[in-house]
Amino acid sequence: MNRRDFLKGTIVVIAGAAVPLSSLEFFDPCEVLAVNPGIHWAFLVDTYKCVGCGFCVKACKLENDVPLEAKVTRTWVERYVYTRDGHQYVDSPDGALQGFPEPRIDMGLGEFKEIEPDNVGKAFFVPKLCNHCDTPPCTQVCPVGATYKNDEGVVLVDRSWCIGCGYCIMACPYGARYFHPVYKVADKCTLCYHRITKGLPPACVEACPFGARKICNIQDSNDPVTRLILSERVGILKEEFGTRPQAFYIGLTAEVR
Amino acid sequence: MIEQLAQQAMAVPGEAWTTKELFVLPNEYIYWSIQIVMYPFMTGLVAGAFVLSSLYHVFGVQRLRDIARFSLVFSFALLPVAMMPLLLHLQQPLRGINVLMTPHFTSAISAFGIVFLTYGSIVASELWFVYRRHFVLTVRELAARKERSGFAGFRLLFFKILTLGAMDISPAALDKDHQACKIMAAIGIPVACFLHGYAGFIFGSVKANALWMTPLMPVIFICSAIVSGIALCILSYVVIQAIRRLRARREMTARPAGAGGAPAVEGLQEATRQEVMLVSNYLLYFMIAAISLEILDLIFRGYTQVKSWDILRQVIMERDFTKIFILQYGIGNLLPFVMMILPGRTVRRTAAASCLVLFGVFMMRWNVVIGGQAFSLSFAGFMDYHLPIIPHNIETFKEGLFGALLVIITPFVLFYFINKIMPAFLKEEAH
Amino acid sequence: MKNHVWRPLSVALALVAAILLFRYFYVPKDFGSGKYGFMYSYHRQADEEQWKNMPVRYQNTGGQQMHESCRECHAEEVAGRTKELHGIIACEDCHGPARNHPDDPETLPVDRGRDLCLRCHTSLSYITSDRKRIPGIDAKEHNPGSECVECHNPHNPRLEDMQR
Repeated sequence: MNRRDFLKGTIVVIAGAAVPLSSLEFFDPCEVLAVNPGIHWAFLVDTYKCVGCGFCVKACKLENDVPLEAKVTRTWVERYVYTRDGHQYVDSPDGALQGFPEPRIDMGLGEFKEIEPDNVGKAFFVPKLCNHCDTPPCTQVCPVGATYKNDEGVVLVDRSWCIGCGYCIMACPYGARYFHPVYKVADKCTLCYHRITKGLPPACVEACPFGARKICNIQDSNDPVTRLILSERVGILKEEFGTRPQAFYIGLTAEVR
Repeated sequence: MIEQLAQQAMAVPGEAWTTKELFVLPNEYIYWSIQIVMYPFMTGLVAGAFVLSSLYHVFGVQRLRDIARFSLVFSFALLPVAMMPLLLHLQQPLRGINVLMTPHFTSAISAFGIVFLTYGSIVASELWFVYRRHFVLTVRELAARKERSGFAGFRLLFFKILTLGAMDISPAALDKDHQACKIMAAIGIPVACFLHGYAGFIFGSVKANALWMTPLMPVIFICSAIVSGIALCILSYVVIQAIRRLRARREMTARPAGAGGAPAVEGLQEATRQEVMLVSNYLLYFMIAAISLEILDLIFRGYTQVKSWDILRQVIMERDFTKIFILQYGIGNLLPFVMMILPGRTVRRTAAASCLVLFGVFMMRWNVVIGGQAFSLSFAGFMDYHLPIIPHNIETFKEGLFGALLVIITPFVLFYFINKIMPAFLKEEAH
Repeated sequence: MKNHVWRPLSVALALVAAILLFRYFYVPKDFGSGKYGFMYSYHRQADEEQWKNMPVRYQNTGGQQMHESCRECHAEEVAGRTKELHGIIACEDCHGPARNHPDDPETLPVDRGRDLCLRCHTSLSYITSDRKRIPGIDAKEHNPGSECVECHNPHNPRLEDMQR
């Protein structure tokens, strides 16, 4: 960072702090980074902190015009339950739009599995979203150049150019994509691009009461979240696909897929 | 009512025919359904029919003259239909042109527009070389008429355009046509294989899909494409020749004195028999290649047992057992194979076997496309596909039984019209 | 041309020329690759602006800006919130996105349903997750049919402060 950039950044912080609506008494990296060219957005999920309330799912849908009743979602929460007698159960009813209001596990086809509280060994929640991979297979396979990774590392879909072939949906190993029920084009998490470029956190990050979801500029080593990623033992999902995900997870186990 | 409409509007594409079992990610549906089954099936037929016609044009297998010309015309009729399932499948069919406008070449699909058009021009020009003489003769015949009706006038204009102004049909010019035809057929074979091989590449290169991802996929697709193309040609050829025989017989009984124009019944039957016998041998060779590759793939997966094998085994050996081992391999491959190698093979039996082969290749496409989506990316859940039969809306029509039937019927309708312009059974000295 | 054999080729070339001409007018001029190259970032540049201009619904009442913008008018409710309990929940989580409140919408919904509370307070015995720290109930047994807010104050859920 040269002097000019530093001054620019400082001015932005001061200017940002002067705005009454977002009167910031602290250093907000997002504000600075909104004008910093060296931006590469990354996401951090702390699975220990997630309690499965599903506020993130609800906030995401309302913020991004994904109909609440549509059975697709840009972000969702999975529940992993390991029983003491050696079974493993996973579910995500409705993507956890309503959280997990019931202790029983949704087995699909209208069936449920009751698990005795004493039998629960290890159990936790894993929020998922688009990993904004550095080598995204979804953008590689788009036949028309309608989905792309922009210079800030966010993978977006051009709604006016997408032909709706579904190849990107097939190519994503994480199931992060779907057809939007209204626009009839491929849709996915944008990291709330309209928010992060204005210095606001993504809707899901804002909605999480427990700080389980965080966003950062991974090129800024002063960003507290970047420091967390650099210092904590973080994992990524499905690294065998060579997609280089930019969503990092604290507290993964081998079974989280 | 309004609520119902609102709910319908909220229905996610794919939701109507997908059921989920155990743990399936919320965004996972069977997004690629019947039309994507039809797509490789139809391109396979195109490629196969073309390869069959090339056997005569390039390799000079003289006995295949009639069926070669028929299959060339037929592959031209099939050509637009290879594109149809894709257009029916697209959520934004009007933007389909984008594939040609901003092709993103790292995508297997992007080549579609270009390869498809190249291939189309090759087939069209080959047809032009074959039928130029017919065009010119038609023009001369129409022009020679003293009085022309409006339709005949239109036909004259149309055929004049078709000749592209090349009216010379001296033996030297026709010989040039013949040479050019041979060259086009030779170029056409690799392009046809590419057209279809890359349909296999579309699936084989999806690394997220454990069932699809194998480098064998394009080769398997090409082999089964040729199998299905030849089978369809045999079947249609036998049926059409039977119809022609019936007509000829009727004409003979109507005018016992002289069956002017209609081919002699006995000669026709014998010619058909010889051609069908020869072609069905090719069918057998390609079938052996296709099945060996498929079995090799399956054995390899079972032997190496990588991470995905657990769920693949459940899909292949348990959930889709009937579809794969009984319908595809049993009824679609083994049975016709036995039918064809048993001694005393007849045309009728070969036609029946071809019918089963077509079914088998269709089931293979089905098991690849639908089977590849029958399990979740989480490897912990399954999805089931329920083909929409009664269409409730445009989506369940397009991606339902009737959409598929539409795709199946179209080539025959097209063939009927193309046959009017370029008669597939022209009785004359041909190249 | 002398040789008629080349005529189909000229037709094909004319077709290609027509397509290229159409393409020239059809494709937006800003189509191109970005930092990640042709493979990952071939796109219409203007689309990024379109995504940037999507409307903001949630007005940042969570995280570190906790309740700041709500305090101006709803000082009493904000002050009444227990910092360590429900104080961590953003106002908009329960009341919905503020959008341009108070102009549009003029009022935000107050969700009194049990489902809202059960998101966190369904008893789940997951000792390896932070869920264990949240008091939970069995919704089927804990006063079924009544609204939680009849007894519990959602802004200050402390049981000692509960009005019976």
